[in-house]
This record gives sequence, C-alpha cells and structure tokens, in this order.
Amino acid sequence: MRRLIWLAVSAAAALAVVTASAQTPRKGGTIRMTAPYAASFGSLDPHVTPRAQDDIVNKAIHRTLYNWDTANAKLVLELAKSVSVSDDGLVYTYKLRDDAYFHNGRKMTADDLIYSYTRIMDGSKGYPGARYVRLIKGATEVEKGQAKEISGLRKIDDFTLEMTITDKVDPGYYFFNGSTAILPREEVEKPNFAAHPIGLGPFKFKEHIPGSRVVAERFDKFYKPGKPYADTLQVLIMAEAAARDVAFRNKEIDTSILGPAQYVAYRADPVLSKGILEVAEMFTRSMPMNPAFKPFADKRVRQAINYAIDSDLIIKRLVKDKAYRAVSWLPPSSPAFDKTMKPYPYDPEKAKKLLAEAGYPNGFEFEWTTSQNESWGLPIVEAVIPMLAKVGIKVKPKLVEVTVLTEIAMKGEHQAYIGSSLTGPDSLATLRCFYSKTPRTACNYTSFNNPDFDKLLDDAGQTTDAAKRNDLLKKANNLLYDEAPVWFFNYNKAVMAYQPWIHGLQANPTEITHQYPEDIWVDATSPAK
Amino acid sequence: MLLVLGRRLANVIPTLVAVIALVFLLFSVLPGSFISGMGEDGRTTIDPAVMERMRKEMGLDDPLPQRFAQYLMHTVTGDLGKSFRTREPVTTLIGQRVWPSLKLVFAAMSFAILVGVTLGFLAALRPGSLVDTVSMVFAISGLSLSQFWFGLMLMYLFALKLQWLPSFGYGDGGLTHLILPAIALGVGPMALLARTTRAAVLDVLNADFVRTARSKGMSERRVVTWHVLRNALVLVVTIVGLQFGSLMGAAVVVEKLFAWPGVGSLLVDSVFQRDMPAVQGCILMIVLFFLAINTLVDIAYVVIDPRIRYGR
Repeated sequence: MRRLIWLAVSAAAALAVVTASAQTPRKGGTIRMTAPYAASFGSLDPHVTPRAQDDIVNKAIHRTLYNWDTANAKLVLELAKSVSVSDDGLVYTYKLRDDAYFHNGRKMTADDLIYSYTRIMDGSKGYPGARYVRLIKGATEVEKGQAKEISGLRKIDDFTLEMTITDKVDPGYYFFNGSTAILPREEVEKPNFAAHPIGLGPFKFKEHIPGSRVVAERFDKFYKPGKPYADTLQVLIMAEAAARDVAFRNKEIDTSILGPAQYVAYRADPVLSKGILEVAEMFTRSMPMNPAFKPFADKRVRQAINYAIDSDLIIKRLVKDKAYRAVSWLPPSSPAFDKTMKPYPYDPEKAKKLLAEAGYPNGFEFEWTTSQNESWGLPIVEAVIPMLAKVGIKVKPKLVEVTVLTEIAMKGEHQAYIGSSLTGPDSLATLRCFYSKTPRTACNYTSFNNPDFDKLLDDAGQTTDAAKRNDLLKKANNLLYDEAPVWFFNYNKAVMAYQPWIHGLQANPTEITHQYPEDIWVDATSPAK
Repeated sequence: MLLVLGRRLANVIPTLVAVIALVFLLFSVLPGSFISGMGEDGRTTIDPAVMERMRKEMGLDDPLPQRFAQYLMHTVTGDLGKSFRTREPVTTLIGQRVWPSLKLVFAAMSFAILVGVTLGFLAALRPGSLVDTVSMVFAISGLSLSQFWFGLMLMYLFALKLQWLPSFGYGDGGLTHLILPAIALGVGPMALLARTTRAAVLDVLNADFVRTARSKGMSERRVVTWHVLRNALVLVVTIVGLQFGSLMGAAVVVEKLFAWPGVGSLLVDSVFQRDMPAVQGCILMIVLFFLAINTLVDIAYVVIDPRIRYGR
C-alpha cells in the first residue's frame, strides 16, 4: 500500500512536470480556474485571510518569501536569490531579488518585507499570519504593543535582509504561507486596498465581482523571464460540485475539483479520465479521542478502535478510493514518514482482546461528534458504527456544523470527533499538535501528553542537521502510531480534472487548487477567448 | 393614499426592530463563532493569542445587551458594522450584491407573472379543457420541483446539450447569464400564480356582475378584460407581492448553484462562517425589500380596487 501511495504521488508529480515540459508553452490565451470552497472570496488582502479559497487568487496576485516546489517536493526561495545561515541556525541573511516589481511599477526592497511582517504583527488586528511571523525575534513584542519595530529584522541594504529567528527551524515553512505575502506600504495604506490589490505576482488585478469571479491580467514586469504565459487569468467561484461538473463538461472552465462521486464517473469516462491530476494532499483524516473520557485514557482502548475498523473497506466503498489509507499522523509526502510502517490491520479479535485487557470486555458507549462532510463526516461514522458494535462498542453520533465541530474540539467538549487536519509540509510543526505544552486551542485536541514524545520533539527542534531531525521526527511519528491518540483513517487524495488544452498544472500536495499560474499555459484549442 | 402609506411605514419600524432583535439573539445563542469557523477547512489552527485579540477586536467578549444596544444604535445611523471575514463595511459588501440580486429577482418574477398569469387565465377560461389540464399539471410540477434539481436540469439541457446558454456565472451581467437562474428561481412563484389566477378568474366568472354584463350584450372580450381581469387582479397582486418579497431570500440556493453574485450567496457564506455583521446586514436588506414590496402592493390595491380606496 505504501509503495502504491508513493508510486501514485511520484507519478502524479512527474506527469505534471512532463505535461508542462513536453510542449512549447504558448503565449496568450485565458486560464479559467475554479474556486470551489465557498460562494465568495473572503478578502483579496492576503494578510487578512488564512483560507484556502482566497489563496487561489493570492497565488496569482501576490508573492511570499518562499514557495513550495512541487516537482522537487521542497521549499524554495521565491523573493530572494540566496540565503546564508549562521552557525547557530538562527540568523538568516537573504539576498533579495533586485528584479521584483510591484504592480504599481515600484521595485521591491528589504523595506517591503520589514513593513509587511510588521503589519502582520499588529496585535490590534489579529492577522492570521502572526503565528508564522512570531518566529522572528522581537515580533511578539510588536504584537503586544511593547515595540514598534521587529528587532529580529535588519535591513543591511535595499536588497539584503537579515532575519533572526527564535527557533532552529526552517523559516521556509513559515514564510511560504499566503498570509505572509509581501505588500507595498503605499498601496496598503490607501483606502480599499482589498478592492484593488497590488502585489508582486505574475498577474495584476483587473476585476473582482464579489460572489462570481476575479480576473487578472499578465504582469509584464514579473521577475521570471517569459512568464506568465497567459494574457488573462479568471478565477471563477463555483461552490456547487454538480454545477461545476456541468460547466467542466461544457468546456466553460479549465479545471475542476472532484468529489468522490465525480471521481468515479470521471475515471470511468474514456475522455475525461485522460485529464485527472491526483495527489496525496497533506491532510490526515482521523478520529481524535479525548482522554478526559475514561475509556480513551487507556492506550489499549485506542489501539482496539484502530484494529476494529476496516478502514480499507470504507475507503474503497464509501470514499470511492479518493483517499490513501493513513498509516500514522504524518502523510507519505513528509520526509519524516517511515516507509517501513504498516497501518493497523483490521483485526476485530485483537480489538476484543485489547478491550478485555483494558477492563472493557463488554465494550462501552461513546458519543462521536461529526459534521456532514461526505469524506470525513457522518457517512463515515455510520459505516463505522456496525464495525465497532462487533467488538461491543456502541456509538452515539452527534451531528454538528463544521464551524461548531472546530469549537467543540478546541473546548474539549467531545468524547471523540472526526475531522481533517493539515499535516504538512512542516513535520515538526505538525507533530507539535501532540506536544504536551501545546494548548488544546492551538491544535492539541487530544490533550496528548507523553514525555518521550516531548523529548523527541525538543531534540528535533534543537538540531540543525536535517537528517537527524527527520530521524527524530520519524521516531515521534512512530510513537504516535503506537499510542494511537486518534483512529488513523486516511490521507486525502485531492483530485483535479483538467481540460486537454491546459498545461503546466502542478500536483501540489499542500493544496491542489494552489497553482502557480505563471507556469500554466493554454494551447490554441482552448475555447476561451 | 398618503394615509395608507403613512400607516404602512409606521408599521415597518417595529417590524424591523423585531427582526433585528430576533436575528441578533438567534446568532448569539448559536454554537460556533467566526473564529472557530476559521479552522473549518482543517488547514488553519488558530493561535490562542490571535484568537483572544480577534474576539476583543470583534467585540465578541462584550455582554450581549451591550452588543445589541451598540448594534441597534449603529444600525439606526446606517452603520451596519464591519464584516469579520473581509474587514470591510457591511454596507459596501451588500452594495456590491444588491444590483445582481435585484436583477435576478425581477427577472424571475417577470417570468413567473408572464407565464403563470397567462396559464392560469387560459385555464380558467376553458375549465376542464386540455389547456386547463396541461396548465395545471405544469403548475403543480412547478410547485413540487426542487430549485436545485430544476436548476441542474436547466443547466444540463440548455447549456450542455443544446449549447444555447452559459451554465453558470454572471458574465458581463447580460441576459444570457440571467435566463437560467431566473427560470430556476421563478418556476415556484409561476406555478403558484397559475393556480391562484385560475381560481380567482373562475370565481369572478361566476359572479353576478359578470352575468349582468353578459346579459347586457357586452362582448366576451370586454367582459373578460374589463370586469373579470380587473377583479381577479386583487388576489393575483397579493400573491405576486408575497412571492416577490420572499424571492430575495429564496434566491439563496439558485445563487449558489449558478454562482450568481447576489445577496443570497453572501448570506450563505456569512452564516456558515458566523460572520455576524454580514448576516445581520443581509437579513436586514431582505426584510427591507420584503416590506417595501408589500407596501407597494398595499398601494396597488387602492389603485386596482375602488372599494379599498373609499373603505377607510
């Protein structure tokens, strides 16, 4: 299974790269992408919003210090040409690009990075990107109103920036997030910046019809020579999967995100099946168990639940193979993923034995909080109920909205809930959700507390040797597997359907809808004007 | 006329206050908040410090009566607050959506009146005939159809199969993008109007004054247009008013399906993300529209029916 996952991930990434390079890109044309996660965009000011929906547009208009390189599965510098790191791993000196221009024609300098990161730390605004910028020394003081400047940021010259950070981590994981985009002060301080966003991206803003679309045009002074290829980029809001399906088949859109039902239909169609991009996204679907509920405080009970559920069957029949079986918490794209690990097998007898050893020979009853989500919600819970009943565990499903689910998880007002969590690309940050000092509100929803796990994470945070760090994180992830604070269900398989005339799409495992539109081009067969 | 208008406007104020209070209270007791909603896509873990600051900035920690009093005072001055989600004034957000919403609602109602009243009228003139049967089957089907399913079928037929119209979106705001969502939204009121018109016309056709008019030797055309139609209109206008007023709120499903940028789709997103100021603003807007239409209907009664004009 793991081999298959890896093959699929590699093949998808390779296919994406091959698709882009096999033909000569054509200049001109219109790219029509879809924004499928809501009926509107939150904001075109990237500092205001952390949502995946908004980042689809932000990737076109704005840029961050780092980017995710899908082909090589790593973070790369985007707004800097090079970086040097001090021996203690805490001081980063960036040689910034001297050819990056904002859409208003002004050249980007180190001042813009300092301004942007300082703006994000405005404590009175509560910008979501603050959780990343807080890595920089002195950022917290600005957030608390104790300082006006971030002491860890120092401009050496217009194109050299020194950044001192507080932890020995790769800042790339922090500064590739859309909510840390670099913005021009003079434009941000004008009224209505979000209505007329100016950024460093390959496309400049042209039009936003709220609830319908964003249109952007090629920015000729973009710093990557010859790019972008297309003249126009349209990001069309299409929150309804069925409507998206009709529009895609009608050739009105170039890309579409598929749900499980459509995935089956598209795979079975001889034409549509030729345009499917798949990737194991860095999301882990699971059932976190609250140890405050007595049975779940016992590791054997948590393991029993993992043995009692036939996850493969659910993935095949219910999720229609639009997921990869979860082994542990970290997804296979993580460098700390242990390829030798095997998922919990379906073994009800072993589950019964473990329950008996834990003092529950006749099982117990628990309340399972769930949303309506088709891939990690009520349908899954309903499928699991009879499996757990076989080992004597009764389930009382409690249906809530997704918004409420998060609140319940943060307050710990659950015995168990089923959800989807971002588990990459930063494996250390991902595993910190099980660090004992991480509060529940900041993602330790299982109140996990294990000194051995904490030590592994502490050690991983102290070392600057990447191989050693990965080894420590691998051990921590394997420890989680054994402790089973959650039922490890699946890793999301994101699926994007694309038209035959569009090229250069990337199977981005951080979020498949987050494409780098400068690499995308459409050939002459596109029906879009 | 002015007195009727004055009375109606005086009634609007307590209705509005009641609606504002109800929406405010309902959303205050609903579980979930904007901040917890930020984590709904599974990718955003909310930093506790940021959460605390956001709650403070958004005034979510203030006591409920204080929040309500502030909201009421600001609303009276036309300030609907700032959206939690976009951090823009709610009036700006709604202002961007009003025109597409009005276009859709007027187009849907025009379709409903044109088709529904015509069908109902024709059916009533030939009761029991094939026209009557077909019209009523059409009307009952229209009432039973789910907007979502019907919209999808329209997309499938007119966009995918016949390639006559675009399947979704706002385009340049022109007619081609408007037709399918307008029909999907208008089919329910159309069906209701067809049935109401038929019943109203049949009722009037059997009235004494119609018999008298016929016995005077008045032509059938004149009887129908002068006596029957005008008298049947009172009931039809009532239904038109009620349907028209509620269409703005009912457009939620159609707007989302067709990616139409109206108030309905803004409301849906705002509800799911617990963007309270935006939700309150949208509902206020929908209620105002409903009240405005009903006030116009009251005035229309006076114009159509002389008995109402003199019966104060």
